[in-house]
Amino acid sequence: MLALHPQVSVRPEPFGALLYHFGTRRLSFLKDRRLLDVVQRLDGSTSVEDALTGVPEGERAAFRKALATLEQTGMLA
Amino acid sequence: MRLVEHFKAGLDAPICLTWELTYACNLACLHCLSSSGRRDPRELSTEECKAVIDELQRMQVFYVNIGGGEPTVRSDFWELVDYATDHQVGVKFSTNGVRIDAAVAERLAASSYVDVQVSLDGATAEVNDAVRGAGSYDMALRALGHLRDAGFRDAKVSVVCTRQNLGQLDAFKELADSFGATLRLTRLRPSGRGADVWDDLHPLPHQQKELYDWLLAHGEDVLTGDSFFHLSAFGSALPGLNLCGAGRVVCLIDPVGDVYACPFAIHEEFLAGNVRSPGGFASVWRDSGLFASLREPQSGGACASCSFYDSCQGGCMAAKFFTGLPLDGPDPECVQGYGELALAGVGAVPKPTGDHSHRGGVRGGPVPVSIGARPCNESPV
Repeated sequence: MLALHPQVSVRPEPFGALLYHFGTRRLSFLKDRRLLDVVQRLDGSTSVEDALTGVPEGERAAFRKALATLEQTGMLA
Repeated sequence: MRLVEHFKAGLDAPICLTWELTYACNLACLHCLSSSGRRDPRELSTEECKAVIDELQRMQVFYVNIGGGEPTVRSDFWELVDYATDHQVGVKFSTNGVRIDAAVAERLAASSYVDVQVSLDGATAEVNDAVRGAGSYDMALRALGHLRDAGFRDAKVSVVCTRQNLGQLDAFKELADSFGATLRLTRLRPSGRGADVWDDLHPLPHQQKELYDWLLAHGEDVLTGDSFFHLSAFGSALPGLNLCGAGRVVCLIDPVGDVYACPFAIHEEFLAGNVRSPGGFASVWRDSGLFASLREPQSGGACASCSFYDSCQGGCMAAKFFTGLPLDGPDPECVQGYGELALAGVGAVPKPTGDHSHRGGVRGGPVPVSIGARPCNESPV
C-alpha cells in the first residue's frame, strides 16, 4: 500500500502543504488541504479508494492524478 | 487563491533560507555578492548557530542553503552540518572546493541529507579564473572529482551567468554530466563586489535571449534557483515559481546574524533584524515591518501597464536597487528594453553596506581591469 516515503517531511500550510523529500531533495506543493488529509490517510488505508473516502465523486479523478504524480516523484512509495 | 498569491503574502516560515556562515574566504571573486574575504569578529558562535538550527527545526524549514564566504573554512563547519541534519534541517552548501578532499567527499557521500554545490564561473580555466582567481578552476574540478570518486550522488555545478561564460552553456552541461553532477545556473546580481563589475560582466541583450532559449530547451534538467524569472517576459514562463520571494518565502541570515530580505540584498534598506534579538529568527521572520511591507500587494508601478508584467513581475528587487532603479519599475535587464531606458536617468547608486574584501587582494586573485574590453582605453587608476 502507498504511503508517504519515510524520507519525506510535511509542513502544513493554509493552502495545503509543503512536502520535502530529503533523499531526492525535491519540494512539492499540495494545493488542497484535503489532499494532505488523503495523503496522511494512505498509511492505514486498505486502498487508495479507501483513503479517498469523503472526497466527492466528481473530484476524485483530480485527487487520483495528484497521488499518481506524488508516486512518480517518489514522495509516495 | 492561487499558490503564488499565498507565496506573495508570505508564509509562516521560509521555504528555503540562505545562511552565510562566514565572510572569510580563500578566494576574492570579482562578483562576490557578499563582498567576502575577511572574517567578521562578531560572527555567530557555534552555540548561537545551533540555536538558530533549533529554531529552523521548530519552524519546519526543510533545508538551508549554506554559503559565505567559504563556509568550509569555519572550524566548526562539519559540526554544524551534522547538527543540522540530526535536527531534520537538510543542508545544501556552496563551496569553491577548497576543503573537499577524498576523505571529506567520502563523508559527504555517506549522508543523504547533505547536498553540495561547487561554484564554477567558466567552463574553461581561462574564463573561470579571470573572475574567481588563479587556480580556482582546478580546485573546483578536483573537488568534483573527489565527490564523483566517493560515489556522492548528484552534486551541483553552480554557475553565475556572465557575458564571458554564456557562450559555454553546452560545455558547462557536458562538464557537469562528466562528473555525474547537475548544472545549476544563476543570475549575476549587482550586489556586493558585483556592483563594481556589473557593467562588464552582466549578459548582453542578445545573450539573454540565447540563455532563455537554452533554459527552455533544457527544462528541469538544469536548476536555476528560480533566478531568471525576468526572462519570462520573452514569452513562456520558465520552470519554477517565477516570483521574487524576498521576505515572503526566502531570506538571508548573514554571518553576524543579521536577517536580510534576500541573499542579494545585503544593505540596511533590506535589513529586517538580527537572530540575536529577543524572539530570535522566528520573530524577525514573522514580525519584521520590512517583511510585512514586502508581503503587501505590490503595485507594479511603471511596469503595471506592460503586457509582460504578469510573467516577469518587474524582475529582481536587488538588481533594481543596486543599479539605482526604483523598486516598482523595470529590472535593469528587462528583456523588453525598459530597463535600459530607465537606467539612462539614474544618478547616484546605493553602495552595499558591508565590505569584507581582503585588503590588497589575495595571491593569484583576479585582476579586475583585465575583464572585458572597455570601449575606451583610459587608465583604470
